[in-house]
Amino acid sequence: MLLSKILFCTFLIVLVGGCTKDLDRFPAYDPTTETVYADFANYKGILAKIYSGLVLSGQSGPSGNPDIAGIDEGFSNYLRQYWKLQELTTDEAVIAWNDGSLPEYHKMTWTDGNEFNRAMYDRIFYQVSIANEFIRQTTDGNLSTRSITGADADEARTFRAEARFLRALSYWHALDIYGGNVPFVTDADPIGAFLPQQTNATNLFAYIENELKEVEPLLLAAKTNEYGRADKAACWMLLAKLYLNAEVYIGSARYTDCLTEVNKVLSAGYSLESNYANNFLADNNNSPEIIFSANCDGLRTQSYGAMTFLIHASVGGSMDPAAFGINGGWFGLRATSAFVNKFEDPTGFTDKRAMFYVNGQNLEINDLFNFTDGFPVSKFKNVTSTGVKGSDNTGTFVDTDWPMFRLTDAHLMYMECVLRNASGGDKSTALTYANAIRGRAYGDASGNIQETDLTLNWILDERARELYWEATRRTDLIRYGLYTSAEYLWPWKGGVKDGTAVADFRNIMPIPQSDITANTNLQQNQGY
Amino acid sequence: MRVQSLIKLLVLPLLLLSMQSWSQNKSISGKVTDAKDGKPLIGASVKAKGGTNGTTTNSEGAFTLSVPTTTTELEVSMVGYTLATVGITGNNLLVGLEPAIGTLNDVVVIGYGTQKKKDFTGSITSVTSKDFVKAPFATPEQLISGKVAGVQVTSNSGEPGVGSTIRIRGQASLSANTAPLIVIDGVAVDNGGLAGSPNPLSLINANDIETFVVLKDASAAAIYGSRASNGVILITTKKGSKSGQLKVNFNTTASKFVNSELVPVLSSTQFRNVVNSKGNPDDIALLGTSNTNWQNEIYRVGYATDNNLSLTGGIKALPYRFSIGYYGQGGVLKTNSIKRPSATLNLNPKFFDNHLSIDVSVKGSISESRFANVGGAIGGALTYDPTQSVFGGKQIYGGYFQWLDASGNILNLAPRNPVSTLNLSDNTSKVLRSVGNIQIDYKFHFLPELRANLNLGYDASTSRGTSISLPQDPGLIASGLFNGSIFGYSENVKNQLLEAYLNYTKELTAIKSKIEVTAGYGYYDFLRVIPDNNPSLDFKGDTLPNPVFGVPNKPQYTMLSAYSRLIYSFDNRFILTATYRTDASSKFPSAGGNRWGQFPSAALAWRISNEKFLKGSSVISDLKLRVGYGETGQQDIGNYYSYLAFFTPSTPTASYQFGNAYYQTNRPSGYNSEIKWEQTLVRNIGLDFGLLKNRISGTVDVYQKETSDLLLFTNVPAGSNLTNSLFANIGSMKSEGIEASLNASIIQGKNFTWDMSFNATVQRVEITDLTLNPDPTFKGFEVGGIAGGVGNNIQIHSEGFEPNSFYVYKQVYDQNGKPLEGVYEDINRDGFISSADKYRYNSPNSDAFFGTTQTFGYKNLTLTTVLRANVGNYIYNNVSSNFGAYAGFNRNDGFLNNLHSSVLETNFQNNQLFSDYYIENASFLRMDNINLTYNVGNIGNNINLRLSGIVQNVFTITKYSGLDPEISGGVDNNFYPRPTIYSISANIDF
Repeated sequence: MLLSKILFCTFLIVLVGGCTKDLDRFPAYDPTTETVYADFANYKGILAKIYSGLVLSGQSGPSGNPDIAGIDEGFSNYLRQYWKLQELTTDEAVIAWNDGSLPEYHKMTWTDGNEFNRAMYDRIFYQVSIANEFIRQTTDGNLSTRSITGADADEARTFRAEARFLRALSYWHALDIYGGNVPFVTDADPIGAFLPQQTNATNLFAYIENELKEVEPLLLAAKTNEYGRADKAACWMLLAKLYLNAEVYIGSARYTDCLTEVNKVLSAGYSLESNYANNFLADNNNSPEIIFSANCDGLRTQSYGAMTFLIHASVGGSMDPAAFGINGGWFGLRATSAFVNKFEDPTGFTDKRAMFYVNGQNLEINDLFNFTDGFPVSKFKNVTSTGVKGSDNTGTFVDTDWPMFRLTDAHLMYMECVLRNASGGDKSTALTYANAIRGRAYGDASGNIQETDLTLNWILDERARELYWEATRRTDLIRYGLYTSAEYLWPWKGGVKDGTAVADFRNIMPIPQSDITANTNLQQNQGY
Repeated sequence: MRVQSLIKLLVLPLLLLSMQSWSQNKSISGKVTDAKDGKPLIGASVKAKGGTNGTTTNSEGAFTLSVPTTTTELEVSMVGYTLATVGITGNNLLVGLEPAIGTLNDVVVIGYGTQKKKDFTGSITSVTSKDFVKAPFATPEQLISGKVAGVQVTSNSGEPGVGSTIRIRGQASLSANTAPLIVIDGVAVDNGGLAGSPNPLSLINANDIETFVVLKDASAAAIYGSRASNGVILITTKKGSKSGQLKVNFNTTASKFVNSELVPVLSSTQFRNVVNSKGNPDDIALLGTSNTNWQNEIYRVGYATDNNLSLTGGIKALPYRFSIGYYGQGGVLKTNSIKRPSATLNLNPKFFDNHLSIDVSVKGSISESRFANVGGAIGGALTYDPTQSVFGGKQIYGGYFQWLDASGNILNLAPRNPVSTLNLSDNTSKVLRSVGNIQIDYKFHFLPELRANLNLGYDASTSRGTSISLPQDPGLIASGLFNGSIFGYSENVKNQLLEAYLNYTKELTAIKSKIEVTAGYGYYDFLRVIPDNNPSLDFKGDTLPNPVFGVPNKPQYTMLSAYSRLIYSFDNRFILTATYRTDASSKFPSAGGNRWGQFPSAALAWRISNEKFLKGSSVISDLKLRVGYGETGQQDIGNYYSYLAFFTPSTPTASYQFGNAYYQTNRPSGYNSEIKWEQTLVRNIGLDFGLLKNRISGTVDVYQKETSDLLLFTNVPAGSNLTNSLFANIGSMKSEGIEASLNASIIQGKNFTWDMSFNATVQRVEITDLTLNPDPTFKGFEVGGIAGGVGNNIQIHSEGFEPNSFYVYKQVYDQNGKPLEGVYEDINRDGFISSADKYRYNSPNSDAFFGTTQTFGYKNLTLTTVLRANVGNYIYNNVSSNFGAYAGFNRNDGFLNNLHSSVLETNFQNNQLFSDYYIENASFLRMDNINLTYNVGNIGNNINLRLSGIVQNVFTITKYSGLDPEISGGVDNNFYPRPTIYSISANIDF
């Protein structure tokens, strides 16, 4: 009887008392949104997450806890995808890897199922989403609710402005790559079950312009912020790039606005690094001409994307990996002859920017998948300007930072705006800038040009010589109307060895089918 | 009233006792034998009909029983035999028991209770130890491979102790776990992976298992509602006996594992020809002078030993069974091995006149494995240059040949010598696991129809592993590390459960009815602890650069359940079962009622053979029609907290630089606050029949399963969440099939017997919906990653097709039937070949599968064979597609790679990874097992001896060109071969 009583009681206690509170399980180590935002000391780490989204693939360096799924983690990296899209689809680069639909890039035969395009798109919207969340959480109202005041609150407001800048940067990528016909979400939207509305180029252009104008006064003055963080100059550069391509984006020229922003950059105190090559080495954080960078580190910022990809993939054939500060090449990237031939002398003896490896390599590409067809580029290295290998002794991960905005880009934009009849500049200043770039490249005045040489086409070619492999080529070719047309062909353009024109709809990329399926508000870009 | 009943309770047993002692008794002795072969039956139960006295037979089948003089008949029974009622015709009875063929009176565990087979209303198959596949297995699920219609058990490879993919009636989930729930003696075991453990189930000794019960349809499985969508397997281990007599069983097996086939790659001569004719002078200069078959260098003949000792008996009222086992196997891949000592203790005492029974079960094992780098060695052996020798390299690399660059350093992209891959690493693990429970069942004294049952159980394991690379490891040396590396890891699992139920059973003879009501409650907690890993050290004890950061983690989830069941039978003709279970999972939010799922079921059985018009039929001895309907749930997704907004800090290696400082980042996670249960609805119609006194018996089932609100890992609308994909309840799928099984005793001669069982399953699984919004242009989600480039997939989940359909280009052939390289059919007729021209071509799922067991007996000899066949399953031959192109032999400078022999057939220059040429029909007929047992019998001192010779994986008939047509997932790449296993076994009872 006693036993039955005990049994019955146990039964009842269990039944009635229940253990329903055990059904509320929380991660053991991961804090909730409320606890994280309650302490200002955490804010910088969240801001760092948005910045690091450009070069890292997840929370476990180099891999193991990715931010986005559906594709190999290293492949999905923002900078790696942006670089591939901006370079592999042009004359500047081909890749030897037969990974998924990667070969479609250089052949310009991509479809809306291309997973690399999807990774780019997903990365853009990942950045936008985490920036939105930070902006949402750091309103003045939320700061005061969480008792974050005084200097902390001021710093939080600067962080917030930087998050808005980073969101505008990614939306600019969306405008440039997808023609602006993308889902539009801001901090005013919730998280979760809703279908974002599709915006268009005109609205997105206006939004980015307005955002950047709004955050400009909130950002720290040029060159006064910590290395790696955006300041007013980064904001001006982004605005300049937006205006430079306005004709493509919204059909109306804004070269004068571009020049206005460029002039602000040019008077901000940046100067040319004496040695061009130093901008792309392991200690390029010391370069006085880098306006905004995405930072990598061999020990503390590790991923298989970003600069790890760019430097390893550039090495192959008989190239010596040790000279690049790495433990081995990935036999991937080379340039086409169309680009190499932009240099009168590709040996690098005259124009030192011509950094090609020619030993055992063929200039012409017969086989896209053969590394020895095409000239590899030795521009980016994981060694310092004094020849010291980067901090990762194993040679896997690299220290070299990504020079996103560089002073010479501002110079080149100045020239182009002047030639496109913008007001606010003049041709002789343009020529001075041109010869400053040329002078550094040649080491003397032998490469200098005359005012008559300064044409729009020369500027495009000079942009290629100066900014090659810096992820601006696709945008430049589109602005000049050469990306799809027969006017300019390069090897394997359109999938044909000698190159062929492709349809104009390829000036913008398709919205990935994955999102068309998930979001019924979206219309596919024309042609896809 | 209360006092009265108490007195009654106390007095009644005394009265009974005293009544017995007053009556006259007589002593009966006798012997019980198998009516067919005359062998004595040990442990048969003998009792006076209508009385309570009973005993069991001893090791010679003999018994002595004292019964009241008024007793005229004895009842003799034993599992596997039909009950015999014999008249007491003398003082020395000889009772022959007929082996039961259709064992309809077998009592089968069905979850929170037992049921007689004849009363089943759902689709339930039980396989008892006598019907197991008779072979030594490192992993118990293989015991029923090929034995149950609708159930596929596919071992994942030939690796020692490796697990199996078990599918019951296809699959009902896409992204969530498709494995069935496995319950061992009432404890639902963790079927998830454990670091350092090859297979969770391998920790249970196959020799301790008495029965497998497979609950296939929802009316049977819904009582396990929460986790039953993919079926339930109940495993019951052997128990002690009441007889009290100690019985000892010792079983020893020695086995030899031999690879029957190697992957066809070019021989050294063929390879030289290729390089000499197609290579450039640099390539030709790389050729070596040796002739090495790398596959022979990495494989060996494996040996295994399996020893089991069990002691069964009872000390007074305490029946016990204790067993210890030791399994040790060296894999056919060199260096790969497993050792596993195990022990099981079952105690099953009963108290208070059998009113209180307590079942205690504790199982434990220690599994020690040494893992080989399967991908590096098996994949490496296929492509390593056959003209190079194993040794002859630099001492710094341990003397192994390795590909070096001009300065004598390792070529980073070159593969490593596969023999060095095996020998220069030492990855070991030790996994301790224990599963146990105590089950207390109490029949109320004042109301014996009411039972209370309490079950407390646990499943705990702890694993410790070490990965060691020797200082000669070329990868380490290439990174400038010369002192080896040692990396340790560990993981602990602690799962607990509490279940309590009340059962009320009442015979209502007045209305020819019987009702059984069960209502219960369950609490289940699953905890996994992954501690901070130690940093990697070198042999000198220094910390290595780029440590692998193990992120400490402690994922935990909890479930609560309330369940009830009503079984009502009327006149032995109609049986109705209704169940209702409600489950809560901590994986779902409490908001919106999403946390709780409701899982009802109902089934009706009509025992037609008990109708007047069939009673007494000489042909039809049993006929039953079953109709069932039910719903089950699914919550088994890897993400335990998918509805919660939280932050994930980064490792120090994922910091970001601001100024001169590096900041560890903090990531807000994506979440789905609306996630809920996936539900599967099952309809089942079944017919059970027995003919000629059940000499022939069988079952036919037709089923249909529809899963809705699939827990799909899918894309979120870009920008709407803090990730690009998460688990959401989107989509549906369905499966349908017909299953049939037939058992027949074909020959029942004095000396010769032939029993046969056969089962057949025809099934089809189809995805019916995958998107939130209907989109006819949506092609689906690519899955099925392959080797050859990063991120390439060969399969697709598409609406209207089977899951994992192959998604490929249609190869065009020349008039000689040779594939034309790069020439594919322009499916969409747009003039060029793009990814839009891929089409869906078959899938790895079988359309039908069959299993048959033949048992031949001749005197003391028994021959058993198990044959299994799958039809309509396809495989992507990734070995052939990845290495079957000439471009592969000199893809990079400085080293050579061997090629798959298919290149001689295709003459492909470049890989054609997505050609349907590589999708091959992998239908097969396999003889899993042949067993010859000689029952020597008593060899003196009451010791019984049985000897067996066993061959496993005897032969396979298939058109598939790869090593093995049975590859879980359908992508053949670096497959650890399933060897043929030759065993001899001796079994001693006394």
